[in-house]
Amino acid sequence: MSDAIPEFSKSKSGDGQEVSLTNLSAFASGPGIKSGKEVAAIIAVAVVIIGGIELALRLFHVPLYIMPPPSSIAYALFDEFPLIAPHLGYTLVELVSGFAIGAVVGLVLAAVITQFPFAEKIVAPYILLLVTTPMLALVPLLILRFGFGYTPRIIAVALAAGPMVMINAATGFRRVDSAKIALARSYGASTLQIFWKIRAPMALPMILVGLMIGAIFGLLTAVGAEMVGGGFGLGNRLTTYSSMIQMPQFFAVVLILSTLGILIYVLFFLIGKKWASWEA
Amino acid sequence: MNAGETTTPKLGVQAATKIYHTASGDLLALDRCSLDVRANEIVSIVGPSGCGKTTLLWSMSGLHGLTSGEIRLDGVKIAGPHPDIGIVFQEANLLPWRNLDANIRFPFEIKGEKPDRAWIAHLLNRVGLDGFGGKFPRELSGGMQQRAAIVRALALKPSVLLMDEPFGALDSFTREEMNRLVEEIWLDTKTTIVFITHSIEEAIFLSDRVVVLSARPGKVAKEYRVPFARPRSLEIMATKEVFDLTNRIKMDIVGERARPKAPEQERASAEIVRIRP
Repeated sequence: MSDAIPEFSKSKSGDGQEVSLTNLSAFASGPGIKSGKEVAAIIAVAVVIIGGIELALRLFHVPLYIMPPPSSIAYALFDEFPLIAPHLGYTLVELVSGFAIGAVVGLVLAAVITQFPFAEKIVAPYILLLVTTPMLALVPLLILRFGFGYTPRIIAVALAAGPMVMINAATGFRRVDSAKIALARSYGASTLQIFWKIRAPMALPMILVGLMIGAIFGLLTAVGAEMVGGGFGLGNRLTTYSSMIQMPQFFAVVLILSTLGILIYVLFFLIGKKWASWEA
Repeated sequence: MNAGETTTPKLGVQAATKIYHTASGDLLALDRCSLDVRANEIVSIVGPSGCGKTTLLWSMSGLHGLTSGEIRLDGVKIAGPHPDIGIVFQEANLLPWRNLDANIRFPFEIKGEKPDRAWIAHLLNRVGLDGFGGKFPRELSGGMQQRAAIVRALALKPSVLLMDEPFGALDSFTREEMNRLVEEIWLDTKTTIVFITHSIEEAIFLSDRVVVLSARPGKVAKEYRVPFARPRSLEIMATKEVFDLTNRIKMDIVGERARPKAPEQERASAEIVRIRP
């Protein structure tokens, strides 16, 4: 392996040789599945782990309300899915609309604010405050103001996702490569052309990272807000099932949530691979 | 381009002065620097590092203005980037998110023009990049990237090509190859070229004239004609004339600072040469 002739044509993602910024590491370091052999190994390990848990739980007669075995979770998922599905829909509505609002506002703010370094310096601490404050903390207040409907949840999701998108996108837009801008200017490019043809593509990898983190934060916040109040959504199912000690159903919902999270990751991973692979 | 025009320089730099206003005070980068480049000429600019070579080139390209003085293209003062002036930047400066074809299309996109496909195909063939159009910059070697950058600069058929230390990051063999390529392209297109370099050998090989800038603030210190016919061979580069010229330019650049030490060093190395046989 170490004797391979260094060539420029095939740099695999993840080796990071020609990458100056490691900001796409979230994509690049993701374990890419390469061969059927590896897939087989991954499935085999999963079977061993899940089977082992099942066996151990049954062998030691662990009560259902402490930890249900995988088989009963799978059965609950299958059996209860028609009842859980509408709640999945509610959660998705909150996530998608809140994320869309937060992402659009975050992106526009990032694009505008990075054009004015002085304004950026003034705004920066507040952005940081928004990023670090858990927006879940505001949910009880939002519920007081907006009731138990979609509104407080969508606002919370937007508040959680927006700053994440913004702070990452701003980092992207700040990556000014004066030589590339000079190149565009030498052909008489306008400010708008420089933005769309140089700044935006340069920022794209960071924007994607921001969108991914924002979406995952949005999911967390949506579920959390649902747990705080209101009679619908996957978070509400979690509190309901646990209060009724229906642990297989409870874990079925957890399984759906982790699948959602993974789907978000895979979605942005694929988008990044398609549109931002030039960097990683 | 016809005989009558030779009196008007293709690109004229008149008393160019550039002051940078920095946090640590004003910096005089160019001081009444004047230089004429005639049509179809290759002029190299050499000088100690930090002497304002790149500042001069960027001013010639209209990318930044001068504090005083002016740049004239065909006798007309230029106030900004001019479509007739192409630039090849330090390192290839390709856009990494575009493949080669899209990189070469970039100038046309900015100008809202249709790319001249036949001309681009001819240029790609000329620099040996046929069939690489779908490759991304990271998939190409440094030399290939710089060839692509040259194609991009020539795609709009500029009458002046400004080259800002284009091959500084390349190894010396690739560099020689690129120098021959520039000469070939010049024989093909007769584009007026202003070439900034750190390498005196490169400057002599390529140029009709080598202009030496003084240390900062930069102004023209010396000018040398390089009288050899083209295409130039590597044998010419090994002649005593070139050797002497190289040394003279070297002394112009480092001379004042190196003089007290230089004679002893030269004698020492000469003795080593004598002892060997």
